[in-house]
Amino acid sequence: MLLSILLQVATDIAILGKALAVALTVLGAGFGISKIGASAMEGIARQPEAGGDIRISMIIVAALIEGVALFAIVVAGFIL
Amino acid sequence: MFSKALKYFLSVWVFLAMSNSLSAGVVSQADSLEAEAAPLDVKELILEHLKDDYEWHIATYKDKDISIPLPVILFSKNSGVQLFSSAKFHQNKGYYKGFYISKSGKYKGKIVETDASGNEIRPIDLSLTKNALSLLIGSFLLILLMLFIARTYKNEPIKPKKGVVGAMEVFILSVYDDVIKPVLGEDYKEYRYYLLTLFFFIFFNNILGLVPIFPGGANVTGNISVTFTLALCTFLIVNLTGTKEYYKSIFWPDVPVWLKFPLPLMIIIELVGLITKPFALMIRLFANIMAGHAIVLGLVSLIFITAGMGAALSSSMTGFSVVLTIFIYFIEILVAYIQAYVFTTFTAVFISGARVKSPKTEKSLKST
Repeated sequence: MLLSILLQVATDIAILGKALAVALTVLGAGFGISKIGASAMEGIARQPEAGGDIRISMIIVAALIEGVALFAIVVAGFIL
Repeated sequence: MFSKALKYFLSVWVFLAMSNSLSAGVVSQADSLEAEAAPLDVKELILEHLKDDYEWHIATYKDKDISIPLPVILFSKNSGVQLFSSAKFHQNKGYYKGFYISKSGKYKGKIVETDASGNEIRPIDLSLTKNALSLLIGSFLLILLMLFIARTYKNEPIKPKKGVVGAMEVFILSVYDDVIKPVLGEDYKEYRYYLLTLFFFIFFNNILGLVPIFPGGANVTGNISVTFTLALCTFLIVNLTGTKEYYKSIFWPDVPVWLKFPLPLMIIIELVGLITKPFALMIRLFANIMAGHAIVLGLVSLIFITAGMGAALSSSMTGFSVVLTIFIYFIEILVAYIQAYVFTTFTAVFISGARVKSPKTEKSLKST
C-alpha cells in the first residue's frame, strides 16, 4: 500500500517539480515588482512633478523582472 | 506611392488565388474521431490555437470545419518543387503525392515525406502558413495606415489634424520624443526609422493577435521564430554599427589585466552578454504575448468545461468567465503596448551603448 503510493509519487514527481518551479518563480516576480511599485509610489508622493519619469522607469524595470520570471516559466513549463 | 503598395499586395492575393482550391472554403472534417461525449482536452485546444497551421481555421459549424486552405510550397529532394493547396490533405486520408502531416514525433504537425529507409524527413518548407499570411496582412494594414497618415501631412502640413490621424500623431510623437530622441542623443537621425517601424510593427501585431476573428487572432508575436527574427535584427544593428570604442570595450575592456590576459574572463563574459541581451528581448516578447493568449483561451474554455454540469453551475461559470475574459483583454491591450515599448526602448539603449564615443572625441565635439 505504502509502496504503491511511493511509486505514484516517484512517477509524478516531475510534474510536481515543474509546478513548484513555476510557483516559486511567480512568487519571486511578485515580490520584486511589488518593491518597485512601492518605491515608485513613495517617489511620486514625495515629488509629484517627477511622476511621469518615475512611471516610465517603473514600467521598464517591471518589464525586466517579468522577463526573468517568464524565462523560468518558459523553461520549466514548456521545455522541461 | 499608395497605388504601388496596393498593386504589390494585390499581386500577392492573386498568387494565393492561383493555388488549386480557394473554392468554397468549406472543408469537412474527415478525420474527426472524437465523439461528442469525450471530455474537452483544454491543453490540446490551447496549444492548437497558439501554434502555426497550414490552413486558417475560422469556425466549426455542426462538425464541419470552416477554414481557409492556404498554399503549400515545398522543395522536396524526391520530387522537386511542389505547390498545392493544403485542402488536399483532407482527402485520401491525409496523403498527397507522398507528403503528409506528421502526427507524432519530432515533426508533429508539420509536412513530412518518407525517404528511402522509411524515416520521416522534412522537405524545404516555404508554405504560406497562418502566421506567414497574418504577417503579410498585418504589414499590409500597417503600411496602409502609415501611408494614409503621411499623405495627409504632405497635403496640408500646417493644418492641425483630427480623428485617427490626430491620435496617431500623438502616439508616434510620444514614442519619438520620449524614447528615441532622449536615449539615442545625437545619432537619432540614423536609427529613428527602424525604431519607429519596430515599435509599430510589434504593437500592431500584438493587437491583431488579440482580435478573435479572421484577419487577426493568428498569434504572430507569440511565435518564437518571429521574435527571434526581431531580436536578430537588433543584434545585427547593434553589432554592425558599433563604434571602435564599443568593440574595444568588448574585446579589451577597461579592467585589471589579470581579468583579461592569461584567462580572458571578462572577454568571455562580455561576449556572452552580447548574446543574452537580444535573447532576453526575444523571450520576453514571446512569453508575454503567448501567455496572454493562453490565459484568454483558458478562460473561454472554462465555459465549455462546465457546459454539461447543470444549468446553475454552467450559467454562473459562463458569466464569470465572460467578465474575467473582458478584464484580461484590457490587461492584454496594456501588455501589448508595454511589450512593444520595452522592446523598442531596449533596442534603442543597446544601440546607444554601441555608439559610445571616446572621451577625447566628446571633448573635441563639445569645444567646437
